[in-house]
Amino acid sequence: MPAMLRTLAQKMGLMAHSFRGGIHPDMHKLSAMNPIENVAISPVLILPMKQHIGSVCSPLVKVGDHVLRGQKIAKSEGYLSVPVHASTSGRVVKIEEHAIAHPSGMGMPSIFIEADGDDRADESLEPIIDWQNTDPTLLRERARMCGLAGLGGAVFPTFIKLVQDKRFPIETVILNGIECEPYLTNDHRLMVEQASEILDGMAIIMHMVGTSSGIIAIEDNKADAAQAMQEALNSKDGMDDVRIEVLPTRYPQGSEKQLIYTLTGREVPAGKLPMHIGVLCQNVGTSKALRDAVMLGQPLTERIVTISGDALPQPANLRVRLGTPIRSLFARQGLEDFNHIQIVHGGPMMGERLSHPDIPVIKSTSGILALSKQAIDAAHTVENPCIRCGHCSEACPVSLVPNLLADFCRSDQLEKAEDYQLFDCIECGACSYVCPSNIPLVHYFRYGKGQIALARREQVFAEASRQRSEGRDARIERELAEKAARRSRVRKTHAPKPVADASANKPATPDVTASDNAVENTAKPEEKS
Amino acid sequence: MMMESMSGLLYALASLGAFALCAGIVLAIAQKIFHIEGDPMIDNIDALLPQTQCGQCGFPGCKPYATAVAGSEAEVNHCVPGGERTMLQIANLMGVEPKELDEEASAPMLAFVREDECIGCTLCIKACPVDAIIGAPKQYHTVIADHCTGCTLCVEPCPVDCIDMLVKPELIEHWAWPLPDTKRSQLGHERREQHAGHA
Repeated sequence: MPAMLRTLAQKMGLMAHSFRGGIHPDMHKLSAMNPIENVAISPVLILPMKQHIGSVCSPLVKVGDHVLRGQKIAKSEGYLSVPVHASTSGRVVKIEEHAIAHPSGMGMPSIFIEADGDDRADESLEPIIDWQNTDPTLLRERARMCGLAGLGGAVFPTFIKLVQDKRFPIETVILNGIECEPYLTNDHRLMVEQASEILDGMAIIMHMVGTSSGIIAIEDNKADAAQAMQEALNSKDGMDDVRIEVLPTRYPQGSEKQLIYTLTGREVPAGKLPMHIGVLCQNVGTSKALRDAVMLGQPLTERIVTISGDALPQPANLRVRLGTPIRSLFARQGLEDFNHIQIVHGGPMMGERLSHPDIPVIKSTSGILALSKQAIDAAHTVENPCIRCGHCSEACPVSLVPNLLADFCRSDQLEKAEDYQLFDCIECGACSYVCPSNIPLVHYFRYGKGQIALARREQVFAEASRQRSEGRDARIERELAEKAARRSRVRKTHAPKPVADASANKPATPDVTASDNAVENTAKPEEKS
Repeated sequence: MMMESMSGLLYALASLGAFALCAGIVLAIAQKIFHIEGDPMIDNIDALLPQTQCGQCGFPGCKPYATAVAGSEAEVNHCVPGGERTMLQIANLMGVEPKELDEEASAPMLAFVREDECIGCTLCIKACPVDAIIGAPKQYHTVIADHCTGCTLCVEPCPVDCIDMLVKPELIEHWAWPLPDTKRSQLGHERREQHAGHA
């Protein structure tokens, strides 16, 4: 159907809304039928000081300290941050830099905990049973203290979104069970197995933002999850205004802004947040974690991880303690030789390629994949010229012109790239996926964004330096003038000497080249008469 | 006939002259009213410079260099820490041909005072153009890392040679993606370099 006709039909309410563009990759949901398995606690857990979007935490423990499961071991620095908790009981053996899932390959200060096997929990946080009658700000503080961050993969601190703002009242809470990335099935299995807990979390979220209307969004390739959620919903009281929407499968439907448009027909303006149009979006895993934090008093110390990929003998869904080395998880699923294998952290569309399996599971680890290397390398090393086919523009869910943008980024025409709304790109990878010339478009966008951020930082730094430099020049000039004034006073009171003329003229010219002269004057503390 | 053409000429001269006079008066008044203190070009160029105040351009700071460039007394290619990007921006602003840089910028540096050896002479504090060193006479001095521009001006005055220039550590938050490692992107790089060479 032509796009205009579709838009018209949507406007008239004849047809459901649907975000533009998108792709239909092979979903490879290999582990969709595998129940969640508990993983034995690893002997050593590695907890990086930053597992969320925002600022790095600082450690609260020293080497040799004994910690309990759920004990806060690092405190957040700044507003956009959540603390880190020990994920089992044991002893802190070292605090040093360790590799994390980051494209740079750089490390992050991490706390190493040697498990003592008892797995004793810190019970200082009381469960809040009567949360319906609890002040939402207290529940919000609980969400922050328990280290909750968006478990869909973006790990944005959850408590920031859970707020009642009079200017932007939340009308609808959307629970995101889309999971549109290929291979990943962790949200799917959680919905099948723990639907009731997820709904409890959703009820808490709705209480916190003061609304009773909600939508649970699930793609139509997870019919069993939708059914389980519907059954759980039927048996819950006070959730009559919540409905389940089963949407046709399309990538990137799980992206927050795309999902909101599909469900409500409202677009989140560029640079704004969903709350500005009265919507709050949370992942199903986060909802369950919030329920545990409030109703059980448990901080976030474990998550569901999908371990999958065409090179992995036994794909599975695992309940893993944060900090577990992913090498041990691969070994558990029968993979020990990493030659000719590409490991990916997250989903195949937006995840990071890793050069080695020596990183821990963190809050953002929705999946870890072992893919055969030939398939990946074939698509990534041969870049052909753009043939202007326009497939990338058709696939782009945010209406950008990827081929043009990539050209601007490649040739460092960054102002132009910004004019063409580079920062609206959500890096979903749909354009790179459809490109017949194998151009790594998203990689160019990331390069462009990085360079722009760098230039902005440098500009801020230069401005600060300029102010300091000008302040220093002004101070030197002022001190010279004061000194000259005092000298002339001294000459007047005492008998005038002919020699004084030469010395009096010299400092009267505030020249930066005479810095020796200038600095001499700044050093001596001057007395004001 | 002759008289007629003569008077036509006079009319033309008189009317044009009157118009020129009026325009002159208006312009003179406008210049008084819309007078701009200083040269705005200097500030525009200064805003593009990295403000390290390092003096590598041969001028005693960024503002003096901007003044020289604005007055066409200096070329646009002397700012070493600014690199190619700054040079191109200044050339664009001045409307002149880009020039090849004098020398390549080194990696970003940071001054570091070995405090055990510092004698507290305050000479480096006086040398720092951006007030990035703190300390007092006979007390240890130290460099505020966030404020240091890496200009190296503090190294020379130190009588006990206790200041090191260290490579600025790369932070994971400030890491930026490189260009994709593909043949075509490298080709693009080579072509750009060729263009730059010819220009």
